[in-house]
Amino acid sequence: MSIFNYNGKKTLLIMSHFFALIMVGLFQTAQSKELVFKAGNDSLKHWLMPKKIPHAENNIPTQARIELGKKLFFDPRLSKDNNMSCATCHNPMFGWSDGLATAKGFKSKQLNRASPTIVNTVFQTLQMWDGRKKDLADQALGPMMSPDEMNIGIDGAVHFLQGNQHYIKLFNQAYPNEPVNEKTLAKAIASFESTIISDNSPFDRWVRGDKKAMTAQQINGFKLFVDPNKGNCEVCHSAPNFTDNGFNNIGLASHGNENPDLGRYAIKPIKILRGAFKTPTLREVVHTAPYFHDGSAKTLEEVIAHYVTGGVVKQDLSPNMKPLSLTPQEQADLVAFLQALSTPAEEFTLPILPKSEF
Amino acid sequence: MALRVKTFSFTFCFLSLLMSIQAVAEDHVVGQKDKAFTKQTLEIQKGDTVEFINQDPFFHNVFSLSDAKLFDLGSFPKGESRKITFDAAGEVEVECAIHPDMLMTITVKE
Repeated sequence: MSIFNYNGKKTLLIMSHFFALIMVGLFQTAQSKELVFKAGNDSLKHWLMPKKIPHAENNIPTQARIELGKKLFFDPRLSKDNNMSCATCHNPMFGWSDGLATAKGFKSKQLNRASPTIVNTVFQTLQMWDGRKKDLADQALGPMMSPDEMNIGIDGAVHFLQGNQHYIKLFNQAYPNEPVNEKTLAKAIASFESTIISDNSPFDRWVRGDKKAMTAQQINGFKLFVDPNKGNCEVCHSAPNFTDNGFNNIGLASHGNENPDLGRYAIKPIKILRGAFKTPTLREVVHTAPYFHDGSAKTLEEVIAHYVTGGVVKQDLSPNMKPLSLTPQEQADLVAFLQALSTPAEEFTLPILPKSEF
Repeated sequence: MALRVKTFSFTFCFLSLLMSIQAVAEDHVVGQKDKAFTKQTLEIQKGDTVEFINQDPFFHNVFSLSDAKLFDLGSFPKGESRKITFDAAGEVEVECAIHPDMLMTITVKE
């Protein structure tokens, strides 16, 4: 290659760089189409939950798997003291959370994080407040193994299941040719959890075209929600599950405590992740109070008030946080919109558990 | 004799210059758009530089915890970019700390 060819290559690289930037600009212009805030408008359709639910290839849910998983989810015998089940912290009567600021674990030990809802968690690409679990099956065994939570251990849980003829029969029906072990235990619970879906809220119905599904105040709240100069909520609580699966330090007062919970930083030691926690879904949010990973906001009004401040503790604050300029009426509109993300509470039928064998 | 040495030295220097030019590192550009890297994979040569450009209206981060290249370029807003030179061969998993669904692999060749 001659020096002239090199220069030519360099020039070509610079030109292609500029060309790429110009194309990006054109593309952005084409993409930044305004949302039309009318029921059923095509510009809103990306807010609807996908009809196809993502499942692991080795665990396509069947009725037998879902029903087995439901029994396991509600069975307190999968805890050391026989008094805690998955449903203790993920209770359908509290929006699949527990109504507590932070969870209580083994022998009522006060834990330092709130119980997240399991609503729509099948759509999440990471599980837990710090994202340390990759999917529902991966997450399902964690509380059983934790000395602070169900504390039975994998061996204890599998020993109980392998000693119960009723459960063995159900496992054989759900997972023929697979043993009763920690893998099938986790897969069954994940199968059940993947059925806890919220996709028919007033907001969803409005997006699909029902003009009466949301009030004028709620529609205005949605406008504020997506406006980067007003609520700026969509930057993290993005379509369609009202989360981008991302991690931010939102400046909660608890981050100013001595030895604060560092959240995601413990998993990925990157500076910006100090005190960062996963963006929770807002679907069914009315039913999952209190709010934030530390349960420090009792109401949705308190949540909005926090974001208006732009974060109380500025150290390690996410660069995507900023003080918001919202009037009291606009704050009320945002709360009204959040209420439109929840469906009226429905009765839930508990499973009949296999009898104990002594 | 002195002339021959000078001629040889000149030729040697010229060839060295040409060789160094031929081996010059390249610049690559990767965008961050719609909470995704614009390339999921990228193959580069050792010594090449990659520039990450934020094209989203909010902050992104770029980091890697890979053995082949450990780095954290920090966080930057729309329109800004960060560059890094890859000086060792290997597979480098690049992520955005804020948006963990943003993943790409850079393969650095010898």
